[in-house]
Amino acid sequence: MSVEADARALHRRRRWGKVGRYALLTVLAVIVIFPIYITIVNSLLRPVDITRQPPKLFPTDPQWHSYADAWNAGHMGTYLKNSFIVTFVITTGQVVTAILAGYAFAFLDFPFKRTLFVVFLATLMVPFEVTIVTNVATISDLGWYNTYAGLAVPFLATGFGAFLMRQAFLTLPHDLRDAAALDGYGHWRFLWRVAVPLARPAVGALTVFAFLAAWNQYLWPLLITKDDKLRTVQIGLKQLQQVSIDQINITFAGAVIAVVPLVILLLFFQKQLVRGLTAGAVKG
Amino acid sequence: MATTELPTGTPASAPAPPRPLSPARRRLRRRERGLAYLLLIPSLVVFGVFVFWPLVHNVYLGFFRNPPFPGLPKHYVGFDQYREVLGSQTFFDSVKTTFLFAILTVPAGIALGLGLAVLAHQQLRGIGIYRTLFSSTVATSVAVAAVVFGTLMNPSVGLLPWLGLTTNPTILQNPTWALVAVAVVTVWQTLGLTFILMASGLQSVPDELFEAAKVDGAGAWSRFWHVTLPMMSPTIFFAVVIGTIFAFQSFGQIDILTQGGPLKKTNVLTYYIYDTLQRQSDPGKAAVLAVALFFLTLILALLQIRLLERRVSYER
Repeated sequence: MSVEADARALHRRRRWGKVGRYALLTVLAVIVIFPIYITIVNSLLRPVDITRQPPKLFPTDPQWHSYADAWNAGHMGTYLKNSFIVTFVITTGQVVTAILAGYAFAFLDFPFKRTLFVVFLATLMVPFEVTIVTNVATISDLGWYNTYAGLAVPFLATGFGAFLMRQAFLTLPHDLRDAAALDGYGHWRFLWRVAVPLARPAVGALTVFAFLAAWNQYLWPLLITKDDKLRTVQIGLKQLQQVSIDQINITFAGAVIAVVPLVILLLFFQKQLVRGLTAGAVKG
Repeated sequence: MATTELPTGTPASAPAPPRPLSPARRRLRRRERGLAYLLLIPSLVVFGVFVFWPLVHNVYLGFFRNPPFPGLPKHYVGFDQYREVLGSQTFFDSVKTTFLFAILTVPAGIALGLGLAVLAHQQLRGIGIYRTLFSSTVATSVAVAAVVFGTLMNPSVGLLPWLGLTTNPTILQNPTWALVAVAVVTVWQTLGLTFILMASGLQSVPDELFEAAKVDGAGAWSRFWHVTLPMMSPTIFFAVVIGTIFAFQSFGQIDILTQGGPLKKTNVLTYYIYDTLQRQSDPGKAAVLAVALFFLTLILALLQIRLLERRVSYER
C-alpha cells in the first residue's frame, strides 16, 4: 500500500513539476515577446489609444491604414528598396570574395601564404567604428558619397567569410582535387563545379550571416547618406521616430515593416544562421 | 630504400639535392601562384583601402589640429592633440561609460541567454515553440529595437506609467537611469542571438553526462553547476569575448535613444567619435579617439583571452 502511495505521490509531483515548467516557460516567453506584441498592437491603434491609460492591449478596431501611411508618407517603400539593393550587393560580394580567397588558402600553394592568412585574420581585430574617420573621406574622394557604391563597397570582403570558407574547403577530401585534375578539371572549374557545391552548408551560413549584418547596418549608412532617396530601412526608421505624437502609430507600423523581411529570411534559413553564429565558437 | 640507390657513394644522411622541376611543372607552379594572388586580390584591395589604410591614416590625422574657423588650414601639432584629448575629463568619462555599458550588458545578457537555453533544453511537448519565441529577437535590429523602445518610453505613451515604471525626469532624460535603459534595450535585442548560441552549445553536450549526474543523485542546481557550466565554458568564453567587443561598438541605440546625453551620461566612445566627426566636424580629434578605441578593444580582447582561456575546459 505504501509503495502504491509513493508511486501516486511521485506521479502527482511529476505532473505538477510539468505544469510548473510550462508555467515558467510561458511567463518568460511572454516577457521576451511582449515588446514585439505591443509594437504590432500599437501599429493598429489610433494615436489617442496609444497614449491612453491604461493602454489598450488588443486592437479592437484595427487601423490598417497606418501601414499604407508608413509605406508612402513615411517612405518605407523607398527605404526597403534601398536596403534590398545594398544588402544584395554586399551579400553577393562577400560570398564571392570569401569563396575565392578561401579556395586559395585551402587548395593552392604560394609564397607568403601564412603571412597573408594572418593579414586576413587581422582584419577581424579592427572594429569598423575605428575606420570611419578615414573611410568617410575616402568615399567622398571617390565621389561615392550618397551613392549605392558608397554604401556597399567597403563591405565587399570580410576576414570572417574567407576564414569560414577556408575551413569548409579544408574538410573536403584531398584526393578530390587530384582526381578532378586527372579528369582534366582546372582549378577554376574544380572550384565552381566541385568544391563550392560540396561546401554548400558553409556558403549558406555565410550568406545568411552576411545578409543579416548588412540589413542591420546603422552607423555607416547614417554617415554616408544624406537624403531619403538613398536611406536604408534602419536610418529611415530613425526619421520615422521623429514624427509628432499624433502620428506615433506610423512609427510602430514602420518598425513592423522593417522586421518582416528578416522574419521571412529566418523562417527559411534558421539552420544556416545557427551554423554561421556558432562557426566561431567551435572548440580548438 | 635510400641506401640501395646510391652507387655513387653519396652518404645516405645527406639531403638529396632538389630535383629540378621540368619546364612544364614550373609553368604549372607559376600559374598556380598567379591564380592564388588573383583570387586574393579582391579581398586584399578592400582590406587595404577600408581597413588597414584607415588604421595608419588615423594616427597621422591625429597629428593635425582643426582650424578654429572653417576654411583656414589645419596645422601640425604632433602628439599635442593626443595628450590633450586622451588626458581630458570628457575622454576619461567616455571610457568609464563604455566600460559601465559593457558591464551592464554582457554578464546580464549571457546569464539570461544561458538560463533560457537551459530551461528550453528539456524533453517537453511543444518546446520548439518556446525555442522559437526565445530566439525571436534576432529578427530585430538595433535600430528597430531602439525606435520601438524609445517610442514606448515616450512620456506621452501610456505603457510605462501603467507598469508603474515612472521616473522624474523621464527615463531617457534621467542621468541615473538613461544608461540602464539603453542597456536593457540592448540586452533584449541581443537576447535571441545569445539564446541561439547557448542553446546550440548545450546541444553539443552529451546527454549521458546529465543522465550520469542524475543517477549519482545530483539535483538540478548541482547538475547546472558541475556539468552544464564546465561543459559550456568554451561557448561562454566565446560569448564574453565577442559580447564585449560588440558592447564596445554599440552605437545605434545610443544615437536613437539618448544622443550621448543626458549630461553625457551615455556618451560611449563610439558615440563620442561620431559626435566629434559629424557634429563638431573635427576629424583630427575624432581620429585620436578612434586610435584609442582600437587599442582599447585590442588590449581588452587579448586580456580576456589570456585570463579566461585558462579556465575553459575544452576536453569533451
